[in-house]
Amino acid sequence: MGFWQDFFRKNGKALGLFLLGSVACWMLLMIILPQLFMLDFSFRTNVPPPLWGTEAHGYTFEHYRYMIYGSAQSTESYNFVDLSVFGRTILTAIFVTLIDVALCYPVAYYLAHVATGGWPRLMVMALIVPFWVNELLRAFAFKIMFGSTGIINNFLVAIGILDQPFDFIRNSVALYSGLSYAYILLMIFPIYNAVESLDKNQIEAARDLGSPWWRIHWRVVIPHAKPGITSGCTMVFMLTAGALAAPQILGGPSSLWFTQIIYQAFNQAGNWARGSAYAIILLATCIIFVLCVMKIFKVKLGEIAR
Amino acid sequence: MSADVQLNDVWIRFGDFVAARDVNIHIQEGEFFSFLGPSGCGKTTLLRAVSGFLDPSEGQVLIGGKDMAGIGPNKRPTALIFQNLALFPLMTVWENIAFSLEVKGIGKEERRKKANELLELIALPDQGEKMVNELSGGQKQRVAIARALAAEPDVLLLDEPLSALDLKLRQHMRTELRAIQQRVGITFIYITHDQGEALTMSDHVAVMSQGVIQQVADGSTIYDHPETAFVASFVGENNMFSGKITEVSEEYAVVETPSGMLRARRTKGKGGSLHRGDEAFVFIRPESLKFVNGSAFDNRVNANIKQQEFEGSFWQVFFDVEGNNRTVKLSMVNDGSTLPHEVGDRVELGFSADVAIATPAGELAAE
Ligand SMILES: Nc1ncnc2c1ncn2[C@@H]1O[C@H](COP(=O)(O)OP(=O)(O)O)[C@@H](O)[C@H]1O
Ligand SMILES: [Mg+2]
Repeated sequence: MGFWQDFFRKNGKALGLFLLGSVACWMLLMIILPQLFMLDFSFRTNVPPPLWGTEAHGYTFEHYRYMIYGSAQSTESYNFVDLSVFGRTILTAIFVTLIDVALCYPVAYYLAHVATGGWPRLMVMALIVPFWVNELLRAFAFKIMFGSTGIINNFLVAIGILDQPFDFIRNSVALYSGLSYAYILLMIFPIYNAVESLDKNQIEAARDLGSPWWRIHWRVVIPHAKPGITSGCTMVFMLTAGALAAPQILGGPSSLWFTQIIYQAFNQAGNWARGSAYAIILLATCIIFVLCVMKIFKVKLGEIAR
Repeated sequence: MSADVQLNDVWIRFGDFVAARDVNIHIQEGEFFSFLGPSGCGKTTLLRAVSGFLDPSEGQVLIGGKDMAGIGPNKRPTALIFQNLALFPLMTVWENIAFSLEVKGIGKEERRKKANELLELIALPDQGEKMVNELSGGQKQRVAIARALAAEPDVLLLDEPLSALDLKLRQHMRTELRAIQQRVGITFIYITHDQGEALTMSDHVAVMSQGVIQQVADGSTIYDHPETAFVASFVGENNMFSGKITEVSEEYAVVETPSGMLRARRTKGKGGSLHRGDEAFVFIRPESLKFVNGSAFDNRVNANIKQQEFEGSFWQVFFDVEGNNRTVKLSMVNDGSTLPHEVGDRVELGFSADVAIATPAGELAAE
């Protein structure tokens, strides 16, 4: 009660109602309604738009069934194609998240506690500016870079490490790199913020008490930065699992990403119901997975929002 | 074990700024040694050079006779207690205390035991399972001491560890710190801007100003025989007269001031170079200044009583003295008799040459 009284006293009635109303509208229109709509859709039979809302548009579990068992006509007992793509997408997203942590933690620590003078500013700029470039363009740039006549192959062949160009695309190296890079800022900044708020004296105290560098990180810096690390991991994992542009452009011919299947369901197969069901499955899996990981690492939901 | 610490010709520079200037100090093993100086004079910087967080730009730091150049803070036989304590908030009290043992790879059982012993020493038994932030200021203070002692350092370095405590606790902790030091018998190097702390706890005090060591001596020598104008004005209260030297002998100097000719003991050591014609200061402590009533004094000045304050066991009397634009202060023990004068009275003040001190003119402590 006190919160709302305070809120209205501070902002006045009119402004307070406006603020409250716009946030509520935002939540309702942009987040809750579309998701509810999707959820509803995923449980209905797939009928063309003119029949929406009619008898024929009834409730069913068929799309969720389809994800697991495939079509009734199929000879396979499970929908191996979709399930394996789903599994690979989740595993790859985990892998990409781990790569990002491994890359970003040292950089964030360096920026926060080692670099002096103008360096940190310059490095942060160097990290941000490339992201002014459109996501698609960045993906294409990676494709060119990793292509068979791209700069990386040319270089490796020129210095004699490779005899002939390596197919980075078919071997998913380009995809992993592209995905790792795509959301790296969302990993760096939460970790940086968390690490930066650590009192330098604590690092020095640990050192003074005889601690080698790795134990300082293990016992002092990482525990302090844990909410930031978790926050970064959550965002990178969710966004990577839900990425579309990078897999579309950088994925090899044989490596589908789960979002591509969803995309196909919506756009090519015209099966909105199945697309919705698949999207809901992906969302639910990601949320459950993230909550489990947070439970394991004893991070509370409130902490990562700091 | 305990070790001595030597600073030989130590200079510390940050760019053009000199934070420590030609510091030469020998701290004996097992003693309680204090650095005393106003904030920003370079005390922390000097301590960081001893603990290994920074290397002197020039000169040597020796601990136990061993040159510490190139030896990192985690390899030095020192433990530092930070100005803000820097306890680990995500560890329990006992884990904090046992951190240095964990680093050495000692098993949990034994760490716990050692932590309990130290909790006993700092009078916080059974508080090991608490988180650091559940403790009061004074308790945190003691945990920081225990954590440092657990590392079994030869030298314990303390950077204004009591500054965050309230007055009463501070005075209590002084006694406690001194007792702990005597119990463990290792060298303590203590930093403070509080002269009360430095004078009560220390075997020796180094008074410091703007990166320069002004004087190293025991507390009573610092108080009674200051060597420089800075020490005389920084430690304790002092009345000051400035003038020119007209006469110097082995023991005394005569200084011509606008308030009259003043004779005083001359400084030795660092402030020893007094010559005829030099600018000089004469310092006289409020408790050494007397009302002239018939008795003979080496020095006399004329004054007007500006204000009188009653402080229980003391009377403080403030004067305007002819030829001196600083307020002069006299303190006298309250022996039950009434004050001999009233505000506005014109009086003569006297003091003997043996309780006054003449130093070369120089930097004074900020009021
Ligand atoms: N890393 C540094 N870079 C530049 N100047 C510094 C640095 N550390 C300390 N100083 C300067 O050195 C002087 C002494 O600082 P410090 O040793 O912390 O003083 P104290 O502990 O006596 O208050 C201060 O003027 C401070 O600004
Ligand atoms: Mg300091």
